[in-house]
Amino acid sequence: MSAVQTTSPTQDDTRRRSPMADVFFSLMRSRTFLVGLVIVLFWVACALFGEHFAPYDPLADDIINALAPPSSEHWFGTDQIGRDVFSRVIVGSRDILTVAPLATLLATIAGTALGLLTGYFRGIVDDVVSRILEAFMAIPVVIVALLAIVALGTSKATVIIVIGLSFAPIIARTVRSAVLAERELDYVAAAQLRHESAFHTMFVEILPNVIPPILVETTVRLGYAIFAVATLSFMGFGIQPPSPDWGLSISSNYGMIGGGFWWTVLFDALAIASLVIGVNLVADGVHGALND
Amino acid sequence: MTNSAPTKPAKAENALELTDLSVAYRVAGRNRAVLRNLSLNIRQGEAYGLVGESGCGKSTVALTVVRYLPRNGSILGGVISLDGQDVMKLDAEALRRARAESVSMVYQDPGKALNPSIRIGRQLTEIFELGGVTGQAATDRAIAMLNRVRISDPPSVMQRYPHQLSGGMQQRVAIAMALANDPSMLILDEPTTGLDATVEAEVLDLIAQLRQELSASILFISHNLAVVSNMCDRVGVLYAGMLVEEGPTDVVFNDPRHPYTVALLRCLPRGGQRKDQGRLDTIPGFLPGIGADIKGCAFADRCALADNRCRTELPPLYDLSDERGKRLSRCFHHDKAQALPRATPSDVATAPKPTTAPVLRVAGLNKTYASHGHPLRAVKDVSLDLRPGETLGLVGESGSGKTTFARLLLGLVPPDDGGTIELEGKALAPKLENRGDDQVKAMQIVFQNPDSALNRSHSIRHILSRALKRLAGLSGKAQEARLDDLVRAVRLTDRHLAVKPRQLSGGLKQRVAIARAFAGDPRIVVCDEPTSALDVSVQAAILNLLADLQSKEDVSYIFISHDLGVVRYLSDKIAVLYLGRIMEIGPSEEVFSGPHHPYTEALLSAVPQLDQTETARIRLDGEIPSATNPPPGCVFNTRCPRKIGPICEQQEPPLAEAQPGHSIRCHIPYPELARLQKAVVTEPA
Ligand SMILES: Nc1ncnc2c1ncn2[C@@H]1O[C@H](COP(=O)(O)OP(=O)(O)O)[C@@H](O)[C@H]1O
Ligand code: SF4
Ligand code: SF4
Ligand SMILES: [Mg+2]
Repeated sequence: MSAVQTTSPTQDDTRRRSPMADVFFSLMRSRTFLVGLVIVLFWVACALFGEHFAPYDPLADDIINALAPPSSEHWFGTDQIGRDVFSRVIVGSRDILTVAPLATLLATIAGTALGLLTGYFRGIVDDVVSRILEAFMAIPVVIVALLAIVALGTSKATVIIVIGLSFAPIIARTVRSAVLAERELDYVAAAQLRHESAFHTMFVEILPNVIPPILVETTVRLGYAIFAVATLSFMGFGIQPPSPDWGLSISSNYGMIGGGFWWTVLFDALAIASLVIGVNLVADGVHGALND
Repeated sequence: MTNSAPTKPAKAENALELTDLSVAYRVAGRNRAVLRNLSLNIRQGEAYGLVGESGCGKSTVALTVVRYLPRNGSILGGVISLDGQDVMKLDAEALRRARAESVSMVYQDPGKALNPSIRIGRQLTEIFELGGVTGQAATDRAIAMLNRVRISDPPSVMQRYPHQLSGGMQQRVAIAMALANDPSMLILDEPTTGLDATVEAEVLDLIAQLRQELSASILFISHNLAVVSNMCDRVGVLYAGMLVEEGPTDVVFNDPRHPYTVALLRCLPRGGQRKDQGRLDTIPGFLPGIGADIKGCAFADRCALADNRCRTELPPLYDLSDERGKRLSRCFHHDKAQALPRATPSDVATAPKPTTAPVLRVAGLNKTYASHGHPLRAVKDVSLDLRPGETLGLVGESGSGKTTFARLLLGLVPPDDGGTIELEGKALAPKLENRGDDQVKAMQIVFQNPDSALNRSHSIRHILSRALKRLAGLSGKAQEARLDDLVRAVRLTDRHLAVKPRQLSGGLKQRVAIARAFAGDPRIVVCDEPTSALDVSVQAAILNLLADLQSKEDVSYIFISHDLGVVRYLSDKIAVLYLGRIMEIGPSEEVFSGPHHPYTEALLSAVPQLDQTETARIRLDGEIPSATNPPPGCVFNTRCPRKIGPICEQQEPPLAEAQPGHSIRCHIPYPELARLQKAVVTEPA
């Protein structure tokens, strides 16, 4: 006897809070979510307004002061051509926070559409598309990236497309299983008994009911996307110099750690880590609130 | 209370005593009363039934007794004493022990008690392990437990996960778990509400038998009056958290002394009542919401006998004990209770229908599914027809093919090649996509579960407007005008349009579902168990609504229900299905009054009835055989109490016409069936 019945029949005139309001209140009570949110909002603020409060121009070199260790003038020190690391870290959030969310958005839209199609039609459509998606998921992102760069050249758009398309199958899988469960509900049969088009049934009837798992999957994917963007930049496939992007900075400075110039790399690495952790905390919070 | 040592005191006189119990739920910052000064006693070994509409506080009583109230619930006053022990004074450890050793609870939904991801065996042995019995001993105990709840082959059942068991089996496992530690008090909260008639009868039989073996006291909560009347020694009627009537079950149900009890009993189609003999009575209005400020009698707003005194003064519990037993009624006018005027006039104006051409004609319909590589004949060779304005009742245990048949008609699943479905003389394409818009809108359905049938993301207005747009082709002003009519026809109001389904009660949701089905002036509406989840008062209103709509619109129904009283009330014609085959079909009255097929006979005798004078009950043993591997010969032969010999196992009997319009699939000739069945009624077996 562990389960306790807490739900109860709704009376005629007891209006319960809407589900969205429930989710909102439970998010506001989740410490995980709030901490994550503060971290993410901090970086978003840096991305939007960073240059206004960065003490130096992140791109301005100052060879005389190159590789200065952290000090009261340069809190995080300077890099090999004397640029202020602190300013670069602040402003370096901009590209990653543009590219990663756009890539996630692309993955969500494509994944949702594919998930709805495969879950709704099942049968041959599902078999064929699912096999293709599985094959796609088996290819490492880096190889996709290389191929895409050969085809499209390096640019932010390439990164967005590469990551968006690599993540779409994962989101599609989540959406598909949610749709499979919805499809068994009688409101779908009722729609068919009105001769609704498949498009209407998928997007107007089913989609609103599978938003919660999509939301969770999207926030989780955003964390991975940030990591992936940083990795691609590090490998030189993504964001290009002179952007103060974190991954790019690490890539151009990591050879310096051996010389004891740790500050040229550490703060960028911490920035990436904190943003990923922040997004993951938000994802955990959303997941918790939606599964309460 | 001096902290009780673990020595078991001698049994107290009452297994459970609630004295002046008040419980409230905190909602929006305010404590709202749910139970108001409730007092009741359950004697050792007694089965006590608690009835009332949903929301009256029945489950709260159950949860309070085991101190399992939800977080926002609190006990404001009163005493709960379990076997002489004050439950409120127990510390956490003693409470845990009481729950583990002396009280057990079974819920309506066995899914709540069973963990879906753990095998049955593990869940059972876990209970014994908590009690210190481990290893093989625990396994043996678990097997013994499953045997006790009449589960065949326990070792194989223990290997399975809950979802691999049928609803009835799951509930039996849940009962086994509740009994595992030999409780002295067993609380059953709507334990059979979700099960179909024969499974329900089996589970009830099981509970009744266990009662003999266990000598446990039982608190049996149900909104099904018939079930309570069969199971319980005494019954209490709860209204707005107050006891309004109490007494021996048969006395209360046959001679009720509170208008609420009278009204509840009148909601049921009883004694073979039919729609053309009068509408069912209903209870107007609603239960007061929780925390409502109640001045006089809580029932006054809905009571046709209410006078000024009723509205200002709380009636006491009058003691009406007589030689039939101790009984109480909380009504100033308890002597006049049975003179309660009807709330719904019983008049019906249904002119006898002229016989016209059938609106639906089904011939040789089959549906074979593939199940693990084996063919499963879900529907086999079904032929029937339906006239305009006529209701065809479909009955049979779950798994007999009722829902599949309905889905075939609607085109939601395509039938096997060969059979035909004709709507108003025109053949229907097997698949919905290939049917014309007119054909699609002509046949609609009201599903069993409105939570599944109404899109939870859409408002009621959206749901109904969309139906009007697609099924009636209306838009703009015309659509709004029709929406108004439709909403009024199912007795909803404008204020219900803006909300989402979850904000409505079950009965209101079902009205929305009915409105949707009627949006495009259908010729045929399939009703798949439309009232099985509803209170009797709501059920009566929905059945009246269906009957009214039918006489107004001349629509035909295909009505599926496991409540045979309800089917009888609404149906003109009945088809009895078993393993996908029609075993009997004919005019409703003939099928019910017999002579009927042995399966129909068994089904009818499985129904718990309010006014049951101990007639011989025919039990159907075991579960319905698997449809992938139906028994040879007559498919009913493995369970047939009237089996006549080898012929039943060798030859499938034809569906032979016994009387004009009444056909039976059995080797026993009709006159012989008549003789056998008459014998049962007169001489108790
Ligand atoms: N946790 C809760 N919070 C607020 N109201 C509740 C809660 N649980 C039940 N209720 C309300 O209390 C009343 C009694 O409920 P319940 O005991 O479940 O009645 P029953 O079992 O007779 O249907 C109903 O109006 C119900 O909506
Ligand atoms: S006390 Fe009055 S209002 Fe209450 S049930 Fe009796 S007659 Fe009706
Ligand atoms: S044919 Fe035989 S087994 Fe079948 S219902 Fe008749 S008597 Fe029973
Ligand atoms: Mg309840």
